[in-house]
Amino acid sequence: MKYVVAIIQPDRLDDVIAALGEEEINLMTVTDVMGRGRQKGVAEVYRSHVERNGLLHKIKIEIAVSDNHVWQTVDAITHGARTGSIGDGKIFVLDLEECVRIRTGETGVSALA
Amino acid sequence: MTETINSGDTAWMIVSTALVMLMTPGLAFFYGGLVRRKNVLSIMMQCFMLIGVISVQWVLFGYSLAFGPDHGGVIGGLSWAGLNGVGLEANPDYAATIPHQLFMVFQMMFAVITPALIIGAFAERMKFSAFLVFSILWTTIVYDPMAHWIWGVGGFLREYGALDFAGGTVVHINAGMAALAAALVIGKRRGYPEVSPPHNLPFAILGAALLWFGWFGFNAGSALSANGLSVSAFVATHMAAAAAAVAWAVLEWITRKRPTALGLISGVVAGLVAVTPAAGFVTPLGAMAIGALAGLVCYVAVVVVKRKLGYDDSLDAFGVHGVGGMVGALLTGLWATTVVNPAAADGLFHGNSKQLLLQFVALIGCAAYSFVLSFGLLKLVDKFIGLRVESEKENIGLDLTQHSESAYTVVG
Repeated sequence: MKYVVAIIQPDRLDDVIAALGEEEINLMTVTDVMGRGRQKGVAEVYRSHVERNGLLHKIKIEIAVSDNHVWQTVDAITHGARTGSIGDGKIFVLDLEECVRIRTGETGVSALA
Repeated sequence: MTETINSGDTAWMIVSTALVMLMTPGLAFFYGGLVRRKNVLSIMMQCFMLIGVISVQWVLFGYSLAFGPDHGGVIGGLSWAGLNGVGLEANPDYAATIPHQLFMVFQMMFAVITPALIIGAFAERMKFSAFLVFSILWTTIVYDPMAHWIWGVGGFLREYGALDFAGGTVVHINAGMAALAAALVIGKRRGYPEVSPPHNLPFAILGAALLWFGWFGFNAGSALSANGLSVSAFVATHMAAAAAAVAWAVLEWITRKRPTALGLISGVVAGLVAVTPAAGFVTPLGAMAIGALAGLVCYVAVVVVKRKLGYDDSLDAFGVHGVGGMVGALLTGLWATTVVNPAAADGLFHGNSKQLLLQFVALIGCAAYSFVLSFGLLKLVDKFIGLRVESEKENIGLDLTQHSESAYTVVG
């Protein structure tokens, strides 16, 4: 099992969810995050206080998938999130040791979906 | 101080002026809550900046253009520029029992909020510099002349006979048509019609509350006195808002299974807009009918027609103020009664069929003037400055890119 973590531009979220839906991947967790990569933040000014290390608003999507669904998931996210500009984001694939369905206690791949 | 100054009228008008002033910050919260988080400061900045800039314009020459001694029936000229001749004695042409400067500053708040209404049409994508230039020019060549025609002594529509108690035409139809022009010229937001929901509905509700409260000054204050007429306008204002809220909620409940907070407050505003021309001319029951009908018509305009026609009037400035204003202007021609205001006229439902035609002609003429000039002015500003921010800036958000600020600094 793998855990896919994607950081994307906030206004691409709807497209990413739609693209994932087309691959029948509908379970996910979405969070508001602040971050920066190569896309530099914008300076913020509050009277005498100037902030230069600006972080930009991004969205993080987390999805637990079985090994044979990883690349479908990554491709769907890429397809939905890519605009070609700096700031499109990144996808990380982590190993997932265990998954438990709280309602029934099931574990393993059958608990993923 | 001459004996004509009445302290009751003056006290009420000072309060009314403050109430109308509060409507612009109220609008800032209403609109601010409806946009995305990354643009909330830009909305509020635009509103507050207008309070500053238009107040200055008003004193320097706006008041003179709107209410000064007439030239050709179309404009007031510059003899009162810098408030020259606008003192503390009453000016009986406008308000016989309050200081002239009080009438001036009361009207100032109307001039301030009218361009602010247009913000709803170009929210989330207009350059701050272009917005400022447009708003100042618009107030000068669209608002000030129209105010002169309808309210100024010698204005060619003042004696025409169309009834507009508090500015349904000069403020709402005017701003509404300019909003439509702006939506068409500046174009749709990226991704429209898939746009984010309101980021802070409680702010929008707070804004609606401040607008309702302030509208008592807007309408009842337009009686320019503390007496039966201002009370009548006060009651009419409130009843229209209440009836419109209920109408919109019921309609939404029936057609979409649940009444929403956003729908409720939109209904409130629609009712308040529609009763603005009618406030001092109708009975409480007439006001309720006007409010309810405005709620229904604006609901259709906003929920059905806008979607079908596809233009991005982001915060329904045209759908509520433009359409609501027109509905109100026409319904005034139905429900106006000289029983409430002997100085006015009767509408269709009180035996006078001519009034409706007068309302319609004035409405069409002013709407056309507003749309054409606003459209032209926007094109002009676009040519010299550019109206819209670049796509990347629209993406990051106006708060950071136009104002170097973030409204909610959650991290760090």
